[in-house]
Amino acid sequence: MVAHLITLKLVLLRNGLRRSVGQLVGLIIGSLYGLGLLFLAVLGLILLRLADAAIAEPIVVLGGSALLAGWAFAPILVSGVDLTLDPGRFALYPIPLSRLLVGQALAGIIGVPGACTAVALAATVVTWARDPLTFIAGIVGAALALGLCVVVSRLVASAVTDLATSRRFREGSRMIMMVPIVLLGPIVGLAIRGMETNLEAMRSLAQVLAWTPLGAALAVPGAVAEGHLLEAFAKLLIAAASLAVAAWAWSRALARALVTPASRASSGSKAGRRGLGPFGWMPASPAGAVAARALIYWVRDPRYGTALIIVPLVPVILFFSSAQQHQSDVFLLSGPLAAFLLAWSLATDVSYDSTAFSLHLTAGVRGRADRWGRALALLTFAVPAAIVIALVPFAVSGRWGLLPAYMGLALGVLLSGSGLASVVSSRFTVTVPLPGESPFKRPPGNATQTFLVQIGGLLTLGLLVLPEIVLVALSVGTGETGYGWAALLVGVVLGSALFVLGITLGGIWLDRRGPEVYASLVRSG
Amino acid sequence: MTLPSYPVPEGAGYPAGSALSIRGLAKSFGGKPAVNGISLEVPTGSFYGLVGPNGAGKTTTLSMATGLLRPDAGTALVLGIDVWQDPLGAKRLMGVLPDGVRLFDRLSGEQLITYAGLLHGLDRATVAARTRDLLEAFDLTADARTLVVDYSAGMTKKIALAASLVHAPRLLVLDEPFESVDPVSAANIRAILTDYVHSGGTVIVSSHVMDLVQRMCDHVAVVAQGQLLAAGTVDEVRGESTLEDRFVQLVGGHGPAEGLSWLRT
Repeated sequence: MVAHLITLKLVLLRNGLRRSVGQLVGLIIGSLYGLGLLFLAVLGLILLRLADAAIAEPIVVLGGSALLAGWAFAPILVSGVDLTLDPGRFALYPIPLSRLLVGQALAGIIGVPGACTAVALAATVVTWARDPLTFIAGIVGAALALGLCVVVSRLVASAVTDLATSRRFREGSRMIMMVPIVLLGPIVGLAIRGMETNLEAMRSLAQVLAWTPLGAALAVPGAVAEGHLLEAFAKLLIAAASLAVAAWAWSRALARALVTPASRASSGSKAGRRGLGPFGWMPASPAGAVAARALIYWVRDPRYGTALIIVPLVPVILFFSSAQQHQSDVFLLSGPLAAFLLAWSLATDVSYDSTAFSLHLTAGVRGRADRWGRALALLTFAVPAAIVIALVPFAVSGRWGLLPAYMGLALGVLLSGSGLASVVSSRFTVTVPLPGESPFKRPPGNATQTFLVQIGGLLTLGLLVLPEIVLVALSVGTGETGYGWAALLVGVVLGSALFVLGITLGGIWLDRRGPEVYASLVRSG
Repeated sequence: MTLPSYPVPEGAGYPAGSALSIRGLAKSFGGKPAVNGISLEVPTGSFYGLVGPNGAGKTTTLSMATGLLRPDAGTALVLGIDVWQDPLGAKRLMGVLPDGVRLFDRLSGEQLITYAGLLHGLDRATVAARTRDLLEAFDLTADARTLVVDYSAGMTKKIALAASLVHAPRLLVLDEPFESVDPVSAANIRAILTDYVHSGGTVIVSSHVMDLVQRMCDHVAVVAQGQLLAAGTVDEVRGESTLEDRFVQLVGGHGPAEGLSWLRT
C-alpha cells in the first residue's frame, strides 16, 4: 500500500510532466534553485564537523527550527498545498488508516523540497559524526526532524483546507482569520532584524528553541557531544512527543477527511434572504449583468476574497518595513501597490469562471460587454479603496505636499492596470483553484505560464505608468508641487485612456478567440 | 414531415426548412479524430435524438454546432445562419445546454436565469416575467433564492435548462438533458420540451438512453467513433426491432458477458 502511494505520486509527477513542457521547465528551475541552496547547506554542515560542538549546536538548531517553521507555514504562505494525494480521493478504497498515513507521509518527501530537506538533514549526521554515541544521536535527531517536517506540514495543510472549505468560514469570516497570518511576515522580519546584530541574542534564542518542538530534535546530538546526557534525553523526549502528537492530530484530521469529503456540507438555510441583489440596480444590459454577477462573486466566492485580504494590510506591512529601514518613502507607495494588487486581480477573472464561461459564449455576449462588466465591478470598490489607502501614509506622516503625486500614481496604476489585465485575461488563462475548491489549493498545471504572465504583466504595466513614475520622481526630487498635480492629471487622463483602450482591445481579442479561451478553460477544469 | 433527414453528402444545398444543417464537421484532438465528417439535417419542428455510445463524438459535434468549439472542417447553419461566420446572429436563435460544464453556481436560481436573460440583451421587465414563468414551469419557485451550488443534480439540470430557454430560442440544443435527473423531474422536462416542439420549436437532444429517445423523439441519428451510422425518423431507423436492439446492432457491441464467470455468486 505504502509502495503504491509512492508509485502513484511518481506516476502523477511523470504524467504531469509528459502533459506539459512548461511544468517540466518549472521543475527544472525549482530543482536548480533547491540544489544551489542545498549545496551551500550541505557544505556548511560538513564544515561544522570541524567546529567546536558549542558553536555547531546553536547553528544547527537555528537552521533546523527555521526549516521546520518553513514546512509548517509553507501551506499557508506560499498559498499552495500539494493535494495530489488528497485524502478525500481515497475515501472509497478499503485502506487501513495507518497505512494511508505512512504512505502519505513518505509521499510527502517525494518532490523537490522533500528531497532537499532529507539530504540537508542527512548532512547534519556528518556534523555530529564525532564519536559513536553522538553519531547515533545525530541519526535519531535527523530522522525525528524529517518526520516532524512532513507531518507538521501535512497537519497544517489539512487544517487550512478544512477551514477554507467548511461552509461556515466561506463567506467573509475566514478572511479576518487570515490577517494575523499575513502580518506574521513583517513581525518575524522585525524580530530577526533586531536579532541579527546581536550574536549573544542568537545564542540564547537557540537555547530556547532547543527546548521547543521546533529545535529539540536537532539539539539532541549537540547535547550528547557536550556530555549532557540527561539533557539530551529530555530533548529527545520532547521531539518524540511532539512528533507523536502531530501525527495523532494529523491522523484525526485524515480520518475526518475520509468520512466527510470537503465542500459538500450544504447549509440550505440561506433561502429566502436574497433577492436579485446587484442584478436589481446594475444597468439592465449585458455589461451591467456581467458587472452584477462579478460583484456577487467578489463577495461570495472565497477565491476572490483571498486575493484581496492583503490589500488593506499593505499600508501596515509597508509601515513596518519602512520603519525598519528608516525609509519612510516606501510607506508612501502603499496606494500604488494596493492599486496594483486590485487591478491585477482582474487578470484571473476568466480563469475563475472555469467552464461556467460557456454561458457567455452560448449567449453570444460581445467581448467588449464582458470586459466592461468585469472591470466595472472591480472599479466600483477598487477606486474608493485605492484612494483611501493612498491617503493613509500621508495622514500618518503629514507630508501632504507629496499627496497629489502619489495619488496620481495610484490612480494611474489602477486604471492602466485594469486595462492591461482586461487584455491579458482575454488571451491567457492561468491555473487557479476550481470553483468550490479551497482557495489555498495549488492546482496541478501550467505554473510556468502563470508565472510568465505575471512577470510580463508587471513589466508592461511599469512601462504604461512610466509618465506618472517620472513625474512622482520629479516631484519628490525638486519638491515642486506642480509636478505632483501634473502626475495626478496624467494618472487620471492617461489611465482612463489606457483603460478604455485595454477594454476595447481585450474585447476584440475575446470576440475572436472566445472558443479557444473556452477550450483552455475546459482543459484546466 | 416530408423534409429529408437522411445523411447528406457534403456540399449538398441547404434545405430551407432546416433548423440545423451540419455539413462535414470534423475535429481532432492531439491527432486523434473525435468527429470525422458528420453531416446532418435537423428539420424545423422535429424532436431530434442524437444517440451513440460514450466517446462517440456527440458532445464534440454539438459543441461545434453551437459555437463552443471551433471545427477543423465543415460548417453548421442554424436556420440558415452560419454559426462560425455570424456567431452572434446564430446564437440569438439557439438555446444551448452543454454537458459537463459548470454553472455560475454562487448565484441563486433566480439570479442565474436573470443573468442569462440580461446577457441575451432582454430588458428588465421581460427578464423578470420570464424568470418567474420558468421557475414556475420547472417547479423551482420554492428554491428560487437558494444558491445553485446547494441544488441537487436534477435541480441543477433544470435550472440550466431554464436559463437556456429564457431568450425564447427557436432551436434547443441539449446535451444529455436527462442525465442524473429523477423520473419526476424528467417527466417535467419532457412535458416542457414536447410543448415547445408542438408550438413550432425544434429540439435536438443527445442521450444514450434508447428507450427514452424512442418514446420522446420523432427523428434520430446514430453516431459512433465520430461517424454517422444512421439517421432518419425513429421508425425508419429502428425498422422492425426496438431502437435499443438496432443501436447495439449498428454500433456492434458484444453480447452477454461470458468472461465474468467469477462474478456469479
